[in-house]
Amino acid sequence: MSALGAPRRAGDAAVAGGNHRPGTGDAPVGRVRRRSPVTWAQRGGLSSVVFALPLLVIFGVFSWWPIVRSVVMSFQKTNLVGTPKWVGWHNFQYVLTDPDLPTAIRNTLYFALLALVIGFPVPLVTAVLISSVRKRKGLYSVLAYLPVVVPPVVAVLLWKFFYDGSADGVFNTILSYVGLGPYTWLSSSSLVMPSLVVEATWAAAGGTVIIYLAALISVPDELYDAAEVDGAGIWRKVWHVTMPQLRGVLLITFILQIIGTVQVFLEPYLFTGGGPANATLTILLMIYNYGFGSSLGGNYGAATALSVMLAAFLAILSLVYFKLTSGWSKS
Amino acid sequence: MTFPPNSDGSGRATAVAADVRGQAPEAATPVGAAGAARPVRKRKASQFEGGRGYVSAQDWRNTRVSVTMKTLHAILLGLLLIIGIGPMLLLAKYAITPTQDIIRTPLAIFPHGVRWANISEAWNDVQISKYFLNTIWLAAGSWFVQMVVATTGGYVLSVLRPAWGKIINGLVIATLFVPSVVLLVPLYLTILNPPGLGTSLINSFWAVWLPSGASAFNVVLMTRFFDSLPREVFEAAKVDGASSFRLFWSVVLPMSKPILGVVSVFATIASWKDFLWPMLVLKDPAQQPLSVRLPAIASQTDLGVFLASLAISTLIPVVFFLAFQRLFLSGAGLGGAVKG
Repeated sequence: MSALGAPRRAGDAAVAGGNHRPGTGDAPVGRVRRRSPVTWAQRGGLSSVVFALPLLVIFGVFSWWPIVRSVVMSFQKTNLVGTPKWVGWHNFQYVLTDPDLPTAIRNTLYFALLALVIGFPVPLVTAVLISSVRKRKGLYSVLAYLPVVVPPVVAVLLWKFFYDGSADGVFNTILSYVGLGPYTWLSSSSLVMPSLVVEATWAAAGGTVIIYLAALISVPDELYDAAEVDGAGIWRKVWHVTMPQLRGVLLITFILQIIGTVQVFLEPYLFTGGGPANATLTILLMIYNYGFGSSLGGNYGAATALSVMLAAFLAILSLVYFKLTSGWSKS
Repeated sequence: MTFPPNSDGSGRATAVAADVRGQAPEAATPVGAAGAARPVRKRKASQFEGGRGYVSAQDWRNTRVSVTMKTLHAILLGLLLIIGIGPMLLLAKYAITPTQDIIRTPLAIFPHGVRWANISEAWNDVQISKYFLNTIWLAAGSWFVQMVVATTGGYVLSVLRPAWGKIINGLVIATLFVPSVVLLVPLYLTILNPPGLGTSLINSFWAVWLPSGASAFNVVLMTRFFDSLPREVFEAAKVDGASSFRLFWSVVLPMSKPILGVVSVFATIASWKDFLWPMLVLKDPAQQPLSVRLPAIASQTDLGVFLASLAISTLIPVVFFLAFQRLFLSGAGLGGAVKG
């Protein structure tokens, strides 16, 4: 992606003026082509390998190999004893005909949509407002970020207590002051998902606020000056200068949020375990249940098949998204 | 810290990367062209100050605008206080409230006095102390592995630059685009039967420490920071006869303290927050960290004691955050930039 590539190129460009590639640049020109192992080692080739070892070993064993193995395993029947058997598309068939899958897809999309509706505008409005604060701006950003540092498990367990369905539950007590409730938040199939989304938004919004704040202060002053010369009021400055300047960031946080919320696990797992009546069964919960839900041993083939399909879906989604929006963010 | 102005979206990542560079003893040059247009700003009370924003000095002199903005800010502050600190204050209150009061009157302020025993019971009887120690051990080991992998990896990719470095770099960045759920099952099986080890790593802290090192995010951050360091210093060190190791240890690392801080914060916090992976590989309760243990003890623990346990688990990250705000917040901005 361009945002990833650009700074690296900038760094390279700065370096290119100074010297050539440090690894090979010091050798006399004539000898660069024919290299014996000895000269290679003398020129620092060996130390490169030594320094790369931790990265190669750790990434090899715990990242690259598992990724490849995941694809392989989705076509195999694996159990912990005996060698894996090739079963072709059977795992995919099994997953796609699972009667719970449509429910899980629907719930996951519902969660992602709700998270977008509730969770996308909140940090944006907060950040835009904070950016205009003149005194103690730091206090505002610290307050906004505080929920992010609460360990997610603690946050969920605390909110689970807040969501207590009895009339003496924390939220029910608060709502009773204005004559509402009591609601059975987590055991009502219609309220449970919004309840999860509200907690998830509380836990995550602060991070997005900080990203927006960083982007907001890099909006060039000249643009505001120019807008004022044209007689723009505050609202029009926000709408016609600030928002377009944030477009690049917004496009990215938008897709990142979708990618993140489609993989929601912690909230449904800890709040409800997928209930009531599968109302919060999500894709990741299904993957977990396939792989680790049964004490008899997991259906690893089905778990990897579903996770590979999810990854493929997300990859295609982001590709399409960036194709569609590449015209919008002139970056 | 200064943020050079950037007029377009692609400049954003550079802007935040430059923010970290800006803390380095040698200010980076790549962004100088853009930054030169504006006088260098002094270090501000908050890193998010800078630029004049959409409300001009003239707007502030307008009574209607000024009153509106101030009201909005006051409302925002009130909401942030309720939403940001409210739940934590409640948690702190519950930590020292008798269970009966928590259940019957969750919002009353100590109707029947304070019960400090919640905390000591949580710490001793529920053995939060043990899980606390496990959490710290897991975080420390993960931090160490991540630092070793990220610094040495970044050093190879940015400074040594062997011919095959480009391929490694590509492979590392590619993992950024693979959702972690894809790794779950195969990684679990790898831990169950690690290559060339012959013994399962289940119930060993290594099962958490080692995989945490495979963080492409750290490597990218480190590489990018090393890229911004002045090459002349490396050349000078080489001319003086410094070996690759010496160059790494005595030149590159000391020049990279800002990014080491950011990556350290990321590593420790991520480890403190992690739940699913430790739950899968640390099956023995005696080995489990707080995040795994807390849900497990929820149903068999007295509510007041349980909430005290939650409060204890929250304390360290929150104190850590308040102490290193700047590092956290610049790190959070950075996170967005790199993920993009």
